[in-house]
Amino acid sequence: MSAAPLLEVKDLRVEFPTRRGTLVAVDGISFSIAPGEVLGVVGESGAGKSLTGMAIIGLLEPPGRIAAGEIRLEGERIDHLPADRMRRIRGRRIGAIFQDPLTSLNPLYTVGEQLVETILTHLEVGHDEARRRALRLLAEVGIPAPEARIDQYPHQFSGGMRQRVVIALALCAEPRLIVADEPTTALDVSIQAQIITLLKHLAREHGTAVMLITHDMGVIAETADRVAVMYAGRLAELGPVREVLQRPRHPYTVGLMGSIPKLGAVKRHARLVQIDGAMPRLNAIPAGCAFNPRCPQRFARCTAERPEPLQVGDTRTACWLYADGPR
Amino acid sequence: MLAFILRRLAQAVLVMLAVGLIAFSLFRFVGDPVLFMLGQDSTPDDRERITRLLGLDQPFYVQYAKFVGRAVQGEFGLSLRQVQPVSKLFVERLPATLELSFVAATLALVAGLTMGVYTALRRNSWLTQFLLAVSLLGVSLPTFLIGILLILVFAVLLGWLPSFGRGETVAIGWWSTGFLTWSGIKALILPSITLGLFQMTLIQRLVRAEMLEVLRTDYIKFARARGLTDRAVHFGHALKNTMVPVITITGLQLGAIIAFAIITETVFQWPGMGLLFIQAVDFADVPVMAAYLCLIALFFVVINLVVDLLYYAVDPRLRIDRAIATH
Repeated sequence: MSAAPLLEVKDLRVEFPTRRGTLVAVDGISFSIAPGEVLGVVGESGAGKSLTGMAIIGLLEPPGRIAAGEIRLEGERIDHLPADRMRRIRGRRIGAIFQDPLTSLNPLYTVGEQLVETILTHLEVGHDEARRRALRLLAEVGIPAPEARIDQYPHQFSGGMRQRVVIALALCAEPRLIVADEPTTALDVSIQAQIITLLKHLAREHGTAVMLITHDMGVIAETADRVAVMYAGRLAELGPVREVLQRPRHPYTVGLMGSIPKLGAVKRHARLVQIDGAMPRLNAIPAGCAFNPRCPQRFARCTAERPEPLQVGDTRTACWLYADGPR
Repeated sequence: MLAFILRRLAQAVLVMLAVGLIAFSLFRFVGDPVLFMLGQDSTPDDRERITRLLGLDQPFYVQYAKFVGRAVQGEFGLSLRQVQPVSKLFVERLPATLELSFVAATLALVAGLTMGVYTALRRNSWLTQFLLAVSLLGVSLPTFLIGILLILVFAVLLGWLPSFGRGETVAIGWWSTGFLTWSGIKALILPSITLGLFQMTLIQRLVRAEMLEVLRTDYIKFARARGLTDRAVHFGHALKNTMVPVITITGLQLGAIIAFAIITETVFQWPGMGLLFIQAVDFADVPVMAAYLCLIALFFVVINLVVDLLYYAVDPRLRIDRAIATH
């Protein structure tokens, strides 16, 4: 991993002011992504993964706002940039892929028109060159007969093909980072693997870093270099994917791993472990560690003091169990 | 596409035949035109002569067939009141109504669209609040009241604009136009505002609602994530998607404008078809009423046909010759 991170997020805090007080949806998250690295971000729905992604591309929907912390892209602060400068970064330096390919494309424009429009917005090329690029991209994301399909409308493509087009759109100005928010969740299981393989392949080919937001541990295991586990807007654990999967340290990660069915499990009738209870709502996050009401290893300090991420081996874990060094 | 047009044309013919039947039955059920023309103290001989002259002694279906045959050629017989061919009366009056409706519809569409887009994009500005309040008035005030208020302010109190009539007109062939003289244009202003105001506010509210809906969609979010300019997102992507429902309503409203010109023409003594119709009702001048009914129905049918064709132009998903989605 190179020394200078591509993206650096420090103590990011995203708030939603409401009539009944301020909800803190993302609370003091710090992480970085190196050039070409794939960082997986996992967590339950509502853990703040998508909001973190939206904050990075500057598309938090009001009244949501970045209340504290900084986001740096190649050393330059990009939180609170003026709207027009942030727009020039989106698509050009940070691409984005959203969950539902069926609704991500404008139904009234051909695939080619949408690609060419994006290319012309960001790159100093003529219309003909933009179209040649669009054709190349479509071929690259594995769309057969791109010359025939470039002038078709999104409804003429299947879900998997549309997600390929979305990936082509995200890649078309050669961004250094792609924020992929649940890129495979809406797709058939059989298509999911194809899309993940494609994304991984293209990221490596273009040297693009990926922030892969998902709740699918399988996708993370297959794709990511490092993984960040989020819980109730906070970072629970962050480390190399192998380390986190094989030796999860935070009790929440342990529970998460235990709840994934394994083929050829040791005991045939072994039950899946489940984590009791549910993630707290944003207006009812308990004092101390947010996970403490559900934690099987809770002790006094957990309800009193909020744990900061601690370095344990190669990972950082926000858990008081490791306050006195690794066990 | 051709099959679609032919099918719609066949439907249109059916609609027109049905309307023709209703119009024709007016002859049989709205009083006795012969008695009305000749007065109470006419002799039976006179009555019989007129009855035969007007062809009123023949059986129902023969009269209907003759009526349809003549109507297709634009021939609706003699006006009972003015003893002139109905077609001649309508040719005289048609330009006045069409010019008024055209100006009113253009005003409604251009102003309604502009204000709708503005109020959707600048949701919190004071001008938006003001326009929304005014539009509520426009929707709820009856047309004749608006006409009378406008006359009071601009014709009586300020004396800027004429309160009735078309002003000077210039004849181009059989078409008499008010567009070419200053007094003709001045005379158009108040009636077209009166006629178009309701439609304008309706279009404004519709465009605003649709636009707000579209701005929430995933493809708009994705368009922003691609770094497209606000202008491209709002006017290229969002506005085009708002147009489909707007075209429907606007098309129907255009027909309504022509039909509801009756009230405006009465208020402003505008020498158009509406005024002709009102006078015909007073005199039970059935041929004129029947012709008016058929003509208005024809306008509606033609407008609906054009609207359906416009969908095809705007929305590629509706085009019949679409390729089947492939994997």
